[in-house]
Amino acid sequence: MASARIPFPFTAIVGQAEMKQALLLAAVEPRLGGVMVFGDRGTGKSTAVRALAGLLPPMKVVPGCRYLCAPDDRAPCIEGCREKAGKRSEEASVPFVDLPLGATEDRVVGSLDLERALATGEKRFEPGLLAKANRGFLYIDEINLLEDHLVDLLLDVAVSGTNVVEREGLSIRHPARFILVGSGNPEEGELRPQLLDRFGLSVDVRTPTDMGDRIEIVKRCDRFDRDPAAFVAEFEASEQATLDAIAKARKLLPKVQVADEMLGLGAQLCSAVGADGLRGELTLLRAARAQAALAGKKDVKPHHVAEVATMALRHRLRRNVLDDTGSTGRITRAIAELIPA
Amino acid sequence: MTPEGEGDSSGERWALALSAIDILVAAGNTVGGILLRARPGPVRDAWADALNLVMPTRRLPASADAEALDGGLDLTATLASGKPVHRAGILADAAGKILVVPMAERLNPALAARLATAIDEGCPPLVLFDEGDPEDPERERVPQALAERLAIHIDLNSVRLPMAELVAGESPPPPLEMLAEPGAVAKDPETALAVGAAALGIASIRAPIMAVRVARAHARADDRPDEIDQLREADMAAAGALVLGPRATRLPPPPPEEEEPPPPEEPPPGEPPPEEPPPPPPSDDTKGDDQEQPEPPPVDPTDMILDAAQTALPPGLLDALAAGTISKAPKASGSSGAKQKSITSGRPAGVRPGMPGRGARLALIETIKTAAPWQKIRPKRDDGRLAIRSDDLRIRRFIAQTQSTTIFAVDASGSAAFARLAEAKGAVELLLAEAYVKRAEVALVAFRGQEAALALPPTRSLPRARKELAGLAGGGGTPIASGLDLARKVAESEKGRGRTPLVVVLTDGRANVGGDATTSPQEAALASARAYRAAGIPAVFIDCSPRPRPQGAELAAAMGARLVTLPRVDAKAVVAAVKAASAGAI
Repeated sequence: MASARIPFPFTAIVGQAEMKQALLLAAVEPRLGGVMVFGDRGTGKSTAVRALAGLLPPMKVVPGCRYLCAPDDRAPCIEGCREKAGKRSEEASVPFVDLPLGATEDRVVGSLDLERALATGEKRFEPGLLAKANRGFLYIDEINLLEDHLVDLLLDVAVSGTNVVEREGLSIRHPARFILVGSGNPEEGELRPQLLDRFGLSVDVRTPTDMGDRIEIVKRCDRFDRDPAAFVAEFEASEQATLDAIAKARKLLPKVQVADEMLGLGAQLCSAVGADGLRGELTLLRAARAQAALAGKKDVKPHHVAEVATMALRHRLRRNVLDDTGSTGRITRAIAELIPA
Repeated sequence: MTPEGEGDSSGERWALALSAIDILVAAGNTVGGILLRARPGPVRDAWADALNLVMPTRRLPASADAEALDGGLDLTATLASGKPVHRAGILADAAGKILVVPMAERLNPALAARLATAIDEGCPPLVLFDEGDPEDPERERVPQALAERLAIHIDLNSVRLPMAELVAGESPPPPLEMLAEPGAVAKDPETALAVGAAALGIASIRAPIMAVRVARAHARADDRPDEIDQLREADMAAAGALVLGPRATRLPPPPPEEEEPPPPEEPPPGEPPPEEPPPPPPSDDTKGDDQEQPEPPPVDPTDMILDAAQTALPPGLLDALAAGTISKAPKASGSSGAKQKSITSGRPAGVRPGMPGRGARLALIETIKTAAPWQKIRPKRDDGRLAIRSDDLRIRRFIAQTQSTTIFAVDASGSAAFARLAEAKGAVELLLAEAYVKRAEVALVAFRGQEAALALPPTRSLPRARKELAGLAGGGGTPIASGLDLARKVAESEKGRGRTPLVVVLTDGRANVGGDATTSPQEAALASARAYRAAGIPAVFIDCSPRPRPQGAELAAAMGARLVTLPRVDAKAVVAAVKAASAGAI
């Protein structure tokens, strides 16, 4: 967990299959809208997210742009970075931004660059964490404990993909498209349903209970502590394989067909479990499409839908105070009824 | 200096605490640091002196904010000199030292979050002093996210040092003696630590990982190689006692049969132990006895770790386990709703004069506007820039919404208890189901038999409420006085957290337990009720006796509470009463 600069290899994480799968889907299809990870502390949540960000291939950015604009993006940048940079471009690793619980609004949205304002009288915007996370991952640990006004703000930005700043005499909008990864323990306070609904996928992680897994985790962490470079080298092949799979799936994704029957199946499944809103259905199908792409298939099949249904719908079910059946159970039941194994 | 023990494990604990210092020095920031639970006093000072002897320390000032940790623009100096003056952050300043955080239990969540991230990034090792009173169940706690990242937890609250030397002001001896002989080479240390952690009911996988690091640091501190296959028994014991023991949530099961793996199921941290808590090993009545058991030479490393861990079990855990009343999870600390000061967070609400820093942020435009009219009068600056003085400075203000905590005090006594409890539970769940809209919290105090108990500490979480209220029992006498007292205490501590409490009492108003020789139970209840009026805590009194009698109304009047009579309690009516009251009160 705490460790040097080298991230822990993604494929070296023991167990937690569902979380890893959800993260891969989010990496393949950024429009899924992020992943919410529920679970206790010390289950390797942040390790996994960091590892995935470290795994992704570097992306092309306009040199010198503080908002990490893509060279081939049409959207104008407030800094006019493309005009300045001309045709040049450079590679940067996919950003991974950790939004700390105590972050102030200034830090998150950005604010007037005090230093410049005082020293040279220049009115310049100092980008915040949202700008830093553009095109990458924004990770919020214990998102359920985040202050209300920050949550509202994040919601707004996550949905619009744009950060609008109107303060201190500044009027600025800049792109902020990121994959939101949140984590939290529901026993320490719930997340508002409005925020929960914005997350594309949600997974429940538990500490591994299998003794063999636990021992293996301790051993791997120890080996990683001792000699990170050697440990990473050991997993290089599997890391590369994962990387290739993501790259291939991304390329394949636009070609993946969703047949009408699959659209119907998605709708049936959503209404069977009582998932509110269109967003659930859309996410379900997008996730199924990403799942098919990861598997190298050009058609979404019922089993793809079944594989992602729990992740995509679990957090969207209307809650019945008096019904104790877990969401997961209800979805599993519906899948069993609708999709023959 | 040998600590005097009254037959307890004081001496061992002290030696262990000292050995932790060596381990920290050897391990550096790979183990995060030490969480030391001790009230301020000579024992802690002696420990801190010992720490100072081996490693320079940097104290985190109480006034520090998250900005101070990272450094930033020194505003006053910047204004004076007209060019940006930077101030080094405390984290950078503490490089190569140990960062000591006093009063860690009062650390604000923002700062704790920053420190937790800093540990992940590899900051200087931390030493946190948790000065909370261990006897006080409502005490503040070090934010979990931070505490978890500190490998070593030590409790010095029960340690006593020889008074004579303390009086003479002698300095503690340099802590350079290791605990014990290194012992034999331990077999497969990682497995042993992982199994040991599971046996103690530690769900987090971080604990055994940290334990391996501590074991290796222990070997290094003892000038032995720290290769994993060369770790000795003493290293394992240190890891068990410093890392695993203090995190234990249950006693290890009795020595298992060879084939039987340790219990497969881990409760999440803080969860009560499984239904059949493993009975304590027979020899284990008191903590002090553990050390005396004779150990046959080839010890299973897991057993040894467990033995070591038991010397450092959280105080009270054994008793609590024995009594079957294992603690509720510590109250979710660091909930960001707490203590929202109006200058630090919330929605913007104008500006006022004041110095930035300590969380207050400069309102630049307003500052310049204030300074502008004076420019003609003030002496011109050589560089032609604005002349700004410190009384021009304006800071931003924010409005933080006050959040409410509804505390139910439910009479769980007598024959009607079942229905009343069920409806109260229903009301809690209904309130929580809509609570996320308002971020309200709910707590429940149940009183029956001889005393009252906090059945549900303030929470916003429906799953948690459901879990903790599931096993609530009813029947017995009616100790209204203690129920009211406990609810008031909870309300007062919620007020301290910057929330608005509302106490909802559900009872028939007839006390039959409490008071003493000179006071009847009913008089005691009235006295407790009057304290509400004195403390200014808003309350609703729901009289749920089938035929209301004057006692209920008297109590309500004494409390200054709104009286609602509900001969037939039902959850919805209770929620309606609560809503009416909070609309009136807030």
